[in-house]
Amino acid sequence: MVGEGSSPAVELAKRARSGERRALARVLTEIENRTADGEAALRSLYPHAGRAHLVGVTGAPGTGKSTLLAALIRELRRAGRSVAVIAVDPSSPITGGAILGDRVRMQEHAGDRDVFVRSMASRGHAGGLAATTVAAAALLDAVGFDVIVLETVGAGQSEVEVAAAADTTVVVEAPGMGDEIQAIKAGLLEVADIVVVNKGDLPGALRAASQLRAMISAAAPPPSDDRPRPKRPEVLVASATKGEGVAELLAAIERHREQLLATGDDRARLARADAQLQAALAERLRDRLRREDGRAADEALLRSIAEHTLDPFAAADRLLASLGE
Amino acid sequence: MAERPIRVLLAKPGLDGHDRGVKVLARGLRDEGFEVIYTGLRQTPEMVASAALQEDVDVVGLSILSGAHMTLLPRICELLRGEGLGDVLVTAGGIIPDDDIPALEAAGISRVFGPGTTIREVADYLRANARRAA
Repeated sequence: MVGEGSSPAVELAKRARSGERRALARVLTEIENRTADGEAALRSLYPHAGRAHLVGVTGAPGTGKSTLLAALIRELRRAGRSVAVIAVDPSSPITGGAILGDRVRMQEHAGDRDVFVRSMASRGHAGGLAATTVAAAALLDAVGFDVIVLETVGAGQSEVEVAAAADTTVVVEAPGMGDEIQAIKAGLLEVADIVVVNKGDLPGALRAASQLRAMISAAAPPPSDDRPRPKRPEVLVASATKGEGVAELLAAIERHREQLLATGDDRARLARADAQLQAALAERLRDRLRREDGRAADEALLRSIAEHTLDPFAAADRLLASLGE
Repeated sequence: MAERPIRVLLAKPGLDGHDRGVKVLARGLRDEGFEVIYTGLRQTPEMVASAALQEDVDVVGLSILSGAHMTLLPRICELLRGEGLGDVLVTAGGIIPDDDIPALEAAGISRVFGPGTTIREVADYLRANARRAA
């Protein structure tokens, strides 16, 4: 793989960093397609990243994530911040196709060069983001956006990957989405730094918020030992379509970041580093094991696992041993 | 790695409120394995060009039923070229009289799909003519 030097990819990366949006869009495509060029471009810009505030926005389908995000962009622009959005929607597991529709709600910022919206298909990756979302965010960070928002696919209960990718994770809820038991289940709500009950103009929103607050405060155990404690997110109410509660949401997001900086809490950054390292390791391993048909193992090996004459761990050991040869 | 999906921007420029057809096309192209970025109704030419640039699409598909195609479509092609996107395939569909097609082609629309076009025809045409992302 190419890494150093002044390849065309590195030139393109330089142009992206000097503010050329066309070059930025091109590099994002290379990263998304996991090409050698994409890797070279990202590596050349990686030292420049690390300044942006990465905000994750997640929640069930239909809670109004995109609409709330459009309102949040408006608020960020009012505060003079530049903002990039990576909006992920699911790929079809059957055809690989996708409909990326999050942009519909964000078109009002079309003429503003300090708003950059990029849609990404999940391309088979589970967890709520695409496999290359964190890398794409690093690029957007390196070219100088102040805030980078990662919008997940409509998430269920276990798409918690965004929490490792973002500094601040916002979970969007809507009234009528479930009872108190939903609020104490493990998963999405546990990774929230901020919970927003959107559609705050609908009946039941205030009740949903107070139930969430009660459950969240009931769930926090005493700090008796070093075990990781669940977060105790702030619960807000907003109405994206009416623009209510959005300034408060932005204030809460910024408060959370200040808190991270003030307390030196770098768990989010280390979790992100770990996620990037895991992804790079997996990618390297895949590249080295990949055969012409794109699979890691030959059919004989797969067949012996399928027929239970070989267990998958032994098969993995055998493949790894073959790397040293 | 498998062949990477072709990215298509589908937009409805101008002031018509009928998006049934473009939604059916979006769904159909999804089933044909395309990544379809849908931007919805009432798009200005500037919005279309800006979305095409940020999304780095291989194809821009424009659906128009309002009769304003002779104004809007050449304007979009011009803006795309101005953004350095002259290599993006631009197609149109909707209600466009045959007499207008030569002028649209001269302006940069590579193909006009009329009523009755099947999804398969569109998909085959895009696969044969779209530039692959870089």
